[in-house]
Amino acid sequence: MILSTEHIPTTDNRQPLTRYLKLSGLEPLVITPESNFVNVGERTNVAGSKKFLRLIKEDKFDEALEIARHQVEGGAQIIDVNMDDGLIDGKEAMVKFLNLIVAEPDIARVPIMIDSSKWEIIEAGLQVVQGKCVVNSISLKEGEQEFVRQAKLIKRYGAAVIVMAFDEVGQADNLQRRIEIAERSYRILVDKVNFAPEDIIFDLNIFPVATGMDEHKRNALDFIEGTKWVRENLPHCSVSGGVSNVSFSFRGNNPVREAMHSVFLYHAIKAGMNMGIVNPAMLEVYDDIPAALLEHVEDVILNRKDDATERLLEFAETVQGKAKENKVDLSWRQEPLQDRITRALVKGIDQYIVEDVEEARQKASKPLEVIEGNLMTGMNVVGDLFGSGKMFLPQVVKSARVMKKAVAYLEPYIEEEKLKNPVSEEARGAGKILMATVKGDVHDIGKNIVSVVLACNNYEIVDLGVMVPPEKIIQKAKEEQVDIIGLSGLITPSLDEMVFLAKEMERQEFKVPLLIGGATTSKAHTAVKIAPVYTQSVVHVNDASRAVTVVGDLLQKDTSEDYKKAIKLDYEGFREKFLNRTKQKEYVSLQEARKNKLLLNWDAFKNKEPKQIGIKVLEDFDLAVLKDFIDWTPFFRSWDLHGKYPDILKDDVVGEQATELFEDAQKMLKQILKEKWLSGKAVFGLFPANQINDDDIQVLNGEKEEFTFRTLRQQLKKRAGVPNIALADFIAPKETGIQDYIGCFCVSAGFGTQEKAAEFEAAHDDYSAIMIKALADRLAEAFAEYLHKEVRAKHWGYATDETLSNDDLIAEKYKGIRPAPGYPACPDHLEKLTIWKLLDVEERIGVQLTESLAMWPAASVSGYYFGHPEAKYFGLGKIKEDQVADFASRKGIALDEASKWLAPNIVEVS
Amino acid sequence: MRNIKEILKDRILVLDGAMGTMLQQYKFTEEDFRGERFKAWEHPLQGNNDLLSLTQPDAIAAVHRKYFEAGADIVETNTFSGTTIAMADYHMEDLVYELNYESARIAKEVANDFTLREPEKPRFVAGSIGPTNKTASMSPDVNDPGFRAISFDELRIAYKQQVEALLDGGADILLVETIFDTLNAKAALFAIEEVKDERNIDIPIMISGTITDASGRTLSGQTAEAFLISISHIPIMSVGFNCALGAKQLVPHLEVVSAKSNHAISAHPNAGLPNAFGEYDETPEQMATQIKEYVEKGLVNIVGGCCGTTPAHIKAISDLVARYAPRSLSVGS
Repeated sequence: MILSTEHIPTTDNRQPLTRYLKLSGLEPLVITPESNFVNVGERTNVAGSKKFLRLIKEDKFDEALEIARHQVEGGAQIIDVNMDDGLIDGKEAMVKFLNLIVAEPDIARVPIMIDSSKWEIIEAGLQVVQGKCVVNSISLKEGEQEFVRQAKLIKRYGAAVIVMAFDEVGQADNLQRRIEIAERSYRILVDKVNFAPEDIIFDLNIFPVATGMDEHKRNALDFIEGTKWVRENLPHCSVSGGVSNVSFSFRGNNPVREAMHSVFLYHAIKAGMNMGIVNPAMLEVYDDIPAALLEHVEDVILNRKDDATERLLEFAETVQGKAKENKVDLSWRQEPLQDRITRALVKGIDQYIVEDVEEARQKASKPLEVIEGNLMTGMNVVGDLFGSGKMFLPQVVKSARVMKKAVAYLEPYIEEEKLKNPVSEEARGAGKILMATVKGDVHDIGKNIVSVVLACNNYEIVDLGVMVPPEKIIQKAKEEQVDIIGLSGLITPSLDEMVFLAKEMERQEFKVPLLIGGATTSKAHTAVKIAPVYTQSVVHVNDASRAVTVVGDLLQKDTSEDYKKAIKLDYEGFREKFLNRTKQKEYVSLQEARKNKLLLNWDAFKNKEPKQIGIKVLEDFDLAVLKDFIDWTPFFRSWDLHGKYPDILKDDVVGEQATELFEDAQKMLKQILKEKWLSGKAVFGLFPANQINDDDIQVLNGEKEEFTFRTLRQQLKKRAGVPNIALADFIAPKETGIQDYIGCFCVSAGFGTQEKAAEFEAAHDDYSAIMIKALADRLAEAFAEYLHKEVRAKHWGYATDETLSNDDLIAEKYKGIRPAPGYPACPDHLEKLTIWKLLDVEERIGVQLTESLAMWPAASVSGYYFGHPEAKYFGLGKIKEDQVADFASRKGIALDEASKWLAPNIVEVS
Repeated sequence: MRNIKEILKDRILVLDGAMGTMLQQYKFTEEDFRGERFKAWEHPLQGNNDLLSLTQPDAIAAVHRKYFEAGADIVETNTFSGTTIAMADYHMEDLVYELNYESARIAKEVANDFTLREPEKPRFVAGSIGPTNKTASMSPDVNDPGFRAISFDELRIAYKQQVEALLDGGADILLVETIFDTLNAKAALFAIEEVKDERNIDIPIMISGTITDASGRTLSGQTAEAFLISISHIPIMSVGFNCALGAKQLVPHLEVVSAKSNHAISAHPNAGLPNAFGEYDETPEQMATQIKEYVEKGLVNIVGGCCGTTPAHIKAISDLVARYAPRSLSVGS
């Protein structure tokens, strides 16, 4: 099929919408007539960079990658990769380097220019890159047949192509030859090969000027005029070139070279050159070139005077070379006001926001307009970017910080306006959402994040904080006429609080949807326990980005009914399936389970008597010790960034954000430690103990005091040979006559957190407020890890020769365990009360238990120490009513109370 | 029979639903998978769904029939893993030509039956070309990011064999689908172009990528638009997305390709997102409700289902789209 140049379809069913050069790496690059000059990075070219050549020769590909990264960070929109050197296996080096680039998302986001004079290297490159590349280059040098063959293959591989102005005779060195070769190449490509004309880029040869030879005088001008002709006569194609060639004669005099590059580009771009290889560090701003230098340079580039070269040479002597300073790019400060505000919000820059908001306020008729107009416009951009996965949580929280700062600045003016004009309407968001951590629970990092993200999306948030009793939630919801209620909780008793609140909302005929979130919640619990007791919508939301869509769907007037119905159906289906599933599992009676308990070989057991029996307190512990014990993976998870540390820092999708977040965390951690924002306290004890009555552990504190830990036993029917375990199994039974030991502890790194977080919140800095809580949590966990190690090595001393790295510790490679009440091996929180009594925790270090038995301050960890080498972490799973009753009578509490505390673990009877 | 490209201008075409989900209902045993012919095969064969085209051809034909009855205009051949690369798992590389040929033949036979009965609604067979189980632009070894388990040429050769067999067996369309690595797809497209060139034929090509998560990118990291640009160098009939996400989550990505592309747009999403047990539980009605957004916004020309969808889903979709005009395929500005 022969096609005319006017409209060449790229598809067989439609004419194309556009004839723009479209390239891609991981992200698109579309070059339109409105696009700015496209800058091709050239430092990954062995011919262009001595350093790059050396690194490739020395097989230092990692460092070579850094050069590519630097190019992209520096603004290169395409990177040129060239491995043409006599001492390198070009094909192998090209493939290896491109394969490595592809694995680096922050480099691979831009398209690649595969640059070689050898076809086999080009083809090898094309076979390893998924995006649409540019081939640099082909030409008629070897004749038409080879040119057509290569062009056909390039088309089949899906790349654009640079065509050099070169033919069988040689390189085009004047205007006429440039035009001739370009036109011939174009006709062959478009008419014979059916190559898309927008995928053709001409390189019309940039040669040096001011060489002293007369035949070089028009070199720049011929290029510029040739460019103009090509762009006017060969539709849709582009023109490119390597700019630094033009100033070759002035090597050593950078100010002159920089001016020459700018002047050349200024005129070439006007003529239609739309991409090229330019070193941005070697470029002066055209308007900043001193007038005298500009005139001399322009005379040379445009060949305006016969003696232009001599005059520039003479003038150049007077131009002192000096190194350019590296400056922060503040050019965005020159942009229009709205662009600046939007940018500040998107980038989370709070440095100039007050200044910009003041400017906006002066322009606005009412201060409120600044919020509703300028700021919301910016926040909508943030919301869109987040919703589409282009921004990540930590960035959004930073945006919110800027927003809050701006709103805080405006508030006095708004108040003033209200006094002046009382009828003025209040700011109305997209909806009002009440957020609360339920009674007895103190954990609020997740809740705060969701609040911030929703606030960014123009929802008004009524945040009631932590440990909020149900009646207060109900009352506030009515007063504030909220549109949605969001409940959060981390510990298991909170699940019941949520069920209770849902029942209460049903009784009082609430109509608003209920959102459920927090670490302990699940779709299963929501579907099975909460949704059935509340007629209105109940949705389980466990990540901040989903919260926005869910809330949006729930409040969208025209479609919310459908959505709510769909949710109900979804949860009903889920519930049925879930209940069917639980029925399939078989459980044994407590008696049978006890018969099948874990029997350790106590005869061979050589237990170690702790070096120090009794209780020890660590006051004002130096938290700096804990730095190396921190497990960072959960830290990222608390910010909705999922992945294992340290790999997450290089993750394709969230790596960049994770790195930034990690840097901020390190900064704050340093400050925490240096300025002693937080204080660490711990209490622990080691005691003689024995297993009694199968499931209990008898503990002796001194001569007189006796305590009993009640443990729970697995009741799921096991395969033959697999025991039904309880923690008590790890302690020697009394009847063996062996004196065994147990430990328990409570550590806290949370003292000071609340105060500091409140300070940040008062300064409208939610980002830092969330950060300090997340860090305090990490420090508390690290403290527990550290103390456990100390106990094993010193205080108990059964592992004096232990040498484990932090990774090994995180992977729990040590001997012995430290299970915590409320976690899988011992899910009932009640035993915390026993630990508190035994260690006198509150008196000794001030950590309190709430009514739901959450620890306060929140950044605290408590648990037991078991030293037996075969002790291991396990999950209790579900238990039956017989054990609940047994547990109640052992503990001396009412069955109802036991049922309440153990509810999440009791087998459903349906 | 009218040209499919002509029909595309008039109405939304319906693609079939999941083959695997339907085959699960037969609860085929290892013995059933083997049939008489592979009774003594040295390696386990259960789970090799493509093989059922040889050992249980009636079941395959029955599934195609059910989808056509439900209103599908196009069914996909049972050849998702029909390359030497994917068949290596079963040591059945040598059977690849036959598997593809037979699968296409079975589907075409059923399609012809329906076309004969209902000439006003001709039925088509799309040769399904899966992504294989190897990826050309990512390393399977995190410690060696430059390593590749498969090369472009190995993929190109394998795909070429599959394409030739599908065409010989009677496929009307080639569908390169579930693309998680664009470089794999480019190798398939390269192979298709070679075959077209050698046989001097034209064949409609459908391309369908997979967006794997909320970041809106393919597994190999490309945005929807970058993916579109990377596969637009040869003439294709349609481009779109399938699998990984439910109908609802696909909307923003379809909006991108619909706005930026001259091709017809296709979508065959899963029946929702997998639930906590890894099952797809969106009902036909729920799915049709989601798809309604596609047609109301004029985003698609071809729509069908992927994982978890059944003839009931396709019926619901077919009934729905019959009432809507297709996305406009007229010349853009």
